[in-house]
Amino acid sequence: MSLKWTISDIFAMSDRNLIRYLRLPQLIVFSSIQPVMFLLLFAYVFGGAIKIPGVDYIDYLIPGIIVQTVIFGSMQTGVGLADDLMHGMIDRFRSLPMSRSAVLAGRTLADGIRNIFVIILMVIVGYLIGFQFQNGLGNAVGALLLALILGFAFSWIAATIGLMVKNTETAQVAGFIWVFPLIFASSLFVPVETMPNWLQAFAHVSPITVSVNAVRAMSLGGEIGEPLLKSLAWIAAILVVFIPLAVSRYRRSV
Amino acid sequence: MPAIEVKNLTKYYKTVKAIDGMDLEVPAGIIFGLLGPNGAGKTTLVRILTTLLKPTAGEAKVLGLDVAADAQALRSMIGLAGQYAAVDEHLTGRENLELVGKLYHLPNNDAKQRAVELLEQFDLMDAADRPAKTYSGGMRRRLDLAASLVAKPKVLFLDEPTTGLDPKSRIDLWKMIRQLVSKGTTVLLTTQHLEEADQLANQIAIINHGKIIDQGTPNELKSKFGTDILELDIVNPDQRQAAATAIAGLGISEPQVDPINGYIRLPIRGSTAILTEVIRRLDLAGIEVKDILQRRPTLDDVFLKLTGKHEPEVDNL
Ligand SMILES: Nc1ncnc2c1ncn2[C@@H]1O[C@H](COP(=O)(O)OP(=O)(O)OP(=O)(O)O)[C@@H](O)[C@H]1O
Ligand SMILES: [Mg+2]
Repeated sequence: MSLKWTISDIFAMSDRNLIRYLRLPQLIVFSSIQPVMFLLLFAYVFGGAIKIPGVDYIDYLIPGIIVQTVIFGSMQTGVGLADDLMHGMIDRFRSLPMSRSAVLAGRTLADGIRNIFVIILMVIVGYLIGFQFQNGLGNAVGALLLALILGFAFSWIAATIGLMVKNTETAQVAGFIWVFPLIFASSLFVPVETMPNWLQAFAHVSPITVSVNAVRAMSLGGEIGEPLLKSLAWIAAILVVFIPLAVSRYRRSV
Repeated sequence: MPAIEVKNLTKYYKTVKAIDGMDLEVPAGIIFGLLGPNGAGKTTLVRILTTLLKPTAGEAKVLGLDVAADAQALRSMIGLAGQYAAVDEHLTGRENLELVGKLYHLPNNDAKQRAVELLEQFDLMDAADRPAKTYSGGMRRRLDLAASLVAKPKVLFLDEPTTGLDPKSRIDLWKMIRQLVSKGTTVLLTTQHLEEADQLANQIAIINHGKIIDQGTPNELKSKFGTDILELDIVNPDQRQAAATAIAGLGISEPQVDPINGYIRLPIRGSTAILTEVIRRLDLAGIEVKDILQRRPTLDDVFLKLTGKHEPEVDNL
């Protein structure tokens, strides 16, 4: 399979997956309602009780919510692939002389592109309730890009899960069951230092914590280098493990 | 070179043996019907032949290419319409076909043009630019079949292609399949319906428990396994039992009176000389005959003999 055809297949597949969002833009809006609810819940209900020295809670919260949104969004990759399996689309694609990895790459790419819109939406909502980037345009863009590639990496985990469970409802549940604790046991909503020791140990090294810290530092100021490197290391590790895993699952999917 | 060659093929799903040492040869340019009940292994065989599943043991070749070793080369020469219509609901009919064209690596313009040709051929032009989720079951089936033809495959695999179609759509589809074969395509289709195999296939293999249990033309199978049946209707319903008694012993087993329509059926072997004798005896007994006919066995008779089961799904085919 030449590189030219692989790329052409990936674009054909991501086009196919994006068409449904273009045709039903409300899908993006609806899938953003949940993160917006979280945002409002934490900003107005719990936020008052959470005091973080030296920073407004809204400013602290928005970078976290952006990460949460892309992670939730990337779980849709698994649901979409399970749906393709259930409807025989994967059979059709596997019977074609197309690139073996394009079905997965086209899907994760499309979900990444969808995440761009969701992130923009969250930033707009954030600005409406008082959030501001405080560390320059370059760093702000960097923050959003990091969130985006983190989502892309998590899409490959979701792809592996979706191909394993082969059923949309199960993929939905199996996607959230491990993502939820990961999201909450991190610096996403509250500083890790407020947690019990045993949980801190986990939260400190979690890919969510280091990524949120990097996104937050790029948005608001503070030490960027260390969390950014750790986050990129996590992203690389996830991609290195889960791309081959997902592709081998795809080859063997029945 | 045969279009399909299967030698001692075996496929296990974990512990389930779905294909059990199968041998099969399908000549090029014909419609080959694979007939078998639920769970016989039809879909499994089709999935192996279309490179979706790897055989556990044995060998399968399509167009001389090994399904495992030469999978990639093979994929550009075959078409598959699976047991369940695989169309993207959110894409229009046209987009579905163009996507498949692109993935076969046709140049963009060719993919577009081919999509239009197929939409016309399958009578979908009016619905071409509607999302496929608005299509009826029959339209989806047609779109699915059209998608399997995008690259003008040399061998086409159809897994239960007419399931869920109404009688008219079914007959239309049969017509299209015959047309394809007249242009040189080889078609392997699976079906649970004897009549479909009978109507459509030049050759039939009967499959059960992952094995081919018999093979031949529809007529060969019928004359090999079925017995001819003499069916008679008499004028006076009260004389039915008497008529049966009068002709007893002439056939290869005892005559029976159909409890529903009152026909008397006598299984016979071969010669029509029996016919004369039957009429003579009835005449002697003073029984007036309304109608008499000798019919060939149906594939249902064959299937019953071979598998000990009736046609699995009796519907109004
Ligand atoms: N993915 C699978 N895992 C385990 N067993 C399977 C799987 N797919 C099929 N089987 C089993 O293999 C056997 C053959 O199944 P197959 O689907 O090939 O039959 P079929 O002839 O197509 O039946 P049908 O007419 O119902 O479509 C059955 O016993 C079935 O239960
Ligand atoms: Mg089947």
